[in-house]
Amino acid sequence: MTSTYADPRTQPFWDAAKEERLAAPRCTNCGTFRLPPSPYCFVCQHREVEWIELPGTGKIVSYTVIRHPLHPELAAACPYVSGVVDLDGTQGAGARMLVNIIDCDPDKVRIGDAVEIVWEHVNDDMTTPRFRPVRS
Amino acid sequence: MSIKDKAAVVGVGSTPYYKRGQSYPESEFSMACTAILAALDDAGLTIKDLDGFSIYSNSCDPASVAAELGVPEVRWATTLTSGGGGCAGALGVAAAAIDAGMASTIVTLMTLQQLNKRLGGSAVGGMLAYATASEGSSPYGGSGIPPSAAFTANNGLLSPGHSFSLLAMRHMHLYDTKREYFAEICITQRENAIKRPTSLRKDPLTLDDYFNARMISDPLCLFDYTMESDGAVAVITVSADRVKDLRQPPAYIMASAHGGSGRWGPALFRYFQIPEEEFPSSGHRPVAKRLFEMAGVRPADVDVALLYDHFSPMVLMQLEDYGFCPIGEGGRFIEDGNIRFGTGTIPVNTHGGNLSEAYIIGMTHVREAVEQIRGTAVNQVEGAEIALVTGGPASLPVSGTLLRK
Repeated sequence: MTSTYADPRTQPFWDAAKEERLAAPRCTNCGTFRLPPSPYCFVCQHREVEWIELPGTGKIVSYTVIRHPLHPELAAACPYVSGVVDLDGTQGAGARMLVNIIDCDPDKVRIGDAVEIVWEHVNDDMTTPRFRPVRS
Repeated sequence: MSIKDKAAVVGVGSTPYYKRGQSYPESEFSMACTAILAALDDAGLTIKDLDGFSIYSNSCDPASVAAELGVPEVRWATTLTSGGGGCAGALGVAAAAIDAGMASTIVTLMTLQQLNKRLGGSAVGGMLAYATASEGSSPYGGSGIPPSAAFTANNGLLSPGHSFSLLAMRHMHLYDTKREYFAEICITQRENAIKRPTSLRKDPLTLDDYFNARMISDPLCLFDYTMESDGAVAVITVSADRVKDLRQPPAYIMASAHGGSGRWGPALFRYFQIPEEEFPSSGHRPVAKRLFEMAGVRPADVDVALLYDHFSPMVLMQLEDYGFCPIGEGGRFIEDGNIRFGTGTIPVNTHGGNLSEAYIIGMTHVREAVEQIRGTAVNQVEGAEIALVTGGPASLPVSGTLLRK
């Protein structure tokens, strides 16, 4: 996808992304983060949010190594890793990100690994998040 | 007050099962009609008796079917929302409608032709369609691509199989679940399928075959994925008061439930915000609890389990979630031979399931449950009196139904 299809509720995420910052909406009533941004807090049903800058690091909740291309054009990309990441600074579930994990050896990725965000500049409209293992 | 024993499945009908695309020049519509007529005939009923549709995943258009076949009057037409998770639950909706006097003879069916469409979501289109559907505000369309889609569009998770891999991987991590257990599911079901004329896969499957198969998305290989098939299966539900006048022995609907935890939500389809305790599960636990409460029986009372098996690890997780073994112990339970036909404590998918017989989005499981209760199954479980049939995991609702002799 090369467009963010943003609306006022999601635009702050993409604006921050262009500056390579990870920002997420947090409920002003109960403090629960939610991603993707959505109209209502699933804990307290409050609507108002404040945008908080997050460190852009997290831990892998689960992942898969995609080895067989679903489309011939993806053959060169395989194998690649996609997974679910719990973001540091959030409560976890409800604000997880589903991401492509790059710059890694697919056979060495493990659940619980620390990862950090890397931003890919797609075009002037969209800078999209990916993650990579934190090098220790 | 509940629907317990108020209605029974009295007719089953189907088309042949076909490999993907091979049902042409039949269509989903024509196959739906074929299966409905066959199910009515099996019950000793005719199209003049049919007055209701309780379907799931919008499997057919009742308006078109009723007009085509000359249904005198439609009195009930509902679908459970989402996808295949509703197959077992649609029987409960039929029973509820019958119990409430809203209709008398209700069909539940699925018809599927994967000629121009593939449910596996060939590349981006498939999963984007799920995302669009889950936030689309109008059934008439026009809502376009939702703003949430951009958050996951470039993450490389392109098919249901990729998503289910994430659940399986987490289960392996937490509970030391091994691929050998998934292999045992696939091999057991293949052995069941080999004996059935209706099965699309009849080649023997060995452990070596399994481990030599193409890995698609870790930890799932080719044999962990359902096959892609065409065909239609329909069943007829009527009031328990009417079963004596009909041709077949009844399979009473002992209990039925659909739904799941709210935060399971769209679950595997670009969501994955499920709380930790339910993440490595099939999403069936709340449904299983209500199901057994309604029926007044325990998992140990179930004689045969027809568990939705689009991906083999989901069988393992359902065994846990329906209480056949403790949470996290599904692998060892399977390794000990418990799910095998003939020798296991709870034979699973005696028809071969989606993995080896055919994939008609859950209705082959319903058909097998009815045949087990009638005592006419090819791989008949001796003395089977109670059968469990399930739909999902999937986007809510997932569902389960208990049928009894």
